[in-house]
Amino acid sequence: MKCFAVCACLLCLTLLSAGCAAIGEGRPTSELSQEVVVFAAASLTEAFTTVGASFEQSHPQSRVTFNFAGSQQLASQLDQGAQADLFASADQRQMEAAVSAGRIDPGAVVSFACNRLVVVASGQSAASLHGLAQPGVKVVIGAEVVPVGAYTLNFLAAAAADSSYGEAFRRGVLENVVSYEQNVRAVLSKVRLGEADAGIVYATDAQTAPDVIVLEIPAHLNQLAGYQIAPVRNGASSALAQQFVDLLGSPAGVELLTDAGFSVDCPVAAGRRLP
Amino acid sequence: MGRSKRSPMAHTLATPARLRAQPGSSRLRPPQEIWQGLALPLLVFLLLPLAALLWRTELDQLWVHLADPIAAQAIRLSLQTTTTSTLLIVLLGTPVAYLLARREFPLRRVVDTLIDLPTVLPPAVAGLGLLMAFGRRGWLGAPLELFGIEIAFTSVAVVLAQVFIASPFYVRAAAGGFASIESELEQAASLDGASQWQVFRFITLPLVRMSLLSGLVMSWARALGDFGATIIFAGNFPGRTQTMPLAIYLGFELDLNVALALSVILIACAFVVLMVVKWLLGEGGD
Repeated sequence: MKCFAVCACLLCLTLLSAGCAAIGEGRPTSELSQEVVVFAAASLTEAFTTVGASFEQSHPQSRVTFNFAGSQQLASQLDQGAQADLFASADQRQMEAAVSAGRIDPGAVVSFACNRLVVVASGQSAASLHGLAQPGVKVVIGAEVVPVGAYTLNFLAAAAADSSYGEAFRRGVLENVVSYEQNVRAVLSKVRLGEADAGIVYATDAQTAPDVIVLEIPAHLNQLAGYQIAPVRNGASSALAQQFVDLLGSPAGVELLTDAGFSVDCPVAAGRRLP
Repeated sequence: MGRSKRSPMAHTLATPARLRAQPGSSRLRPPQEIWQGLALPLLVFLLLPLAALLWRTELDQLWVHLADPIAAQAIRLSLQTTTTSTLLIVLLGTPVAYLLARREFPLRRVVDTLIDLPTVLPPAVAGLGLLMAFGRRGWLGAPLELFGIEIAFTSVAVVLAQVFIASPFYVRAAAGGFASIESELEQAASLDGASQWQVFRFITLPLVRMSLLSGLVMSWARALGDFGATIIFAGNFPGRTQTMPLAIYLGFELDLNVALALSVILIACAFVVLMVVKWLLGEGGD
């Protein structure tokens, strides 16, 4: 009797998942559909999801599958042989890691957007940038290995060299850090939940959270995160992958990116190289 | 199906030696070789990642990598937090185990299920739940903050996450131990004039010693390995909330060798723990 009940449950689950899969397909399975697998930085989640939907509309026979995670995670997944057609990184360092792992042709790397840092704060805790360094304010930032964390440290270094902030500001902020999170979304979540008073994220992330206060960082201290994309060597659908890159550069793609808070005409920041 | 007083699940985690198949009990035994062949794929699959990890680690450099400040801090923090959480689990878990094994009370089955819940929940769910309860804006977080107690992002949060994740392993093993005691032994002692406390202290406890110990070691190992609940609830700060699993996760991009060295330590710990548990149960089982 028990055995029968368990078997019945398992059968229901199987049918249910089959049903879900059919819904997920969204189009007749008889058509031969080609899949583009895109490994993309976590901060691209909203923008690339809409770009992907637009791509599927203009390429009805194709399906775009995303793997959103910290760029450093994606780069090491590629290094370990993960199968993908495209890699979109939130910084040059992780793209170079994928290049030196032999998964990316350095000539194929394209810079397609950039992003700036902003401070997000919960409640009325921090009214100005200087508030970040005030004792007792709980700050979360990205871990150093995560691009947003590296940019944050660069911003703090630039602020330390700036007369209106100085070394005391940098030290004050770092002393207030309560957690080095594993990706930019985790930083945002901790601030939205009120667990932390303030955090440093990309402008595009801040735009997805209407419930936080956004403080701009002065342009001369800000770090521009350059986003790069490149087809992965020996990807299964290289032609489609190239069309996806082309879409990003087209007027329609640019509009989707800017709607999500990215800018596309980025000045070449120091240490950043255009292909 | 009659309602049994003792939990039918009591022995699932800790299988005493006497439950193993007796030799010669099955007369129609298929050839040994077929079973060995069928068992091989899973055994190889389980062994391969561990072997590869050990192979890839520069064992002679192990101590150098473990002396790395990040690794050393993580090891120290892991030892401190797991010791605390295991003590808490034993203190708070023993009464629950006794109650479950020996007393009939309303909603017993519900409590019994509740205790097992954390073992099947994804640890990330546990982390989110803890945030909602103990976070700054959670149910208890706000009142606690009034008293100046802050939990999120502290080592206390790490301990809470570990207790939540690991306590079922202890309670389950301890309840199994309590349930297996012949009540005649205790009745005899109390007929001879022993007080309730004396019965518990001199009859019950010695009899369940091995079960309690094995549960303790299992829950310690589970606490040591927790990642999901800790990173969500406690965050990641070296020396304060960055335990060994977190250091492995965030460290493997920074320095793979340190991550590998920490992994080897965790594997060794897990292996020793399981051996100890089996030995303890072998001692106390028959």
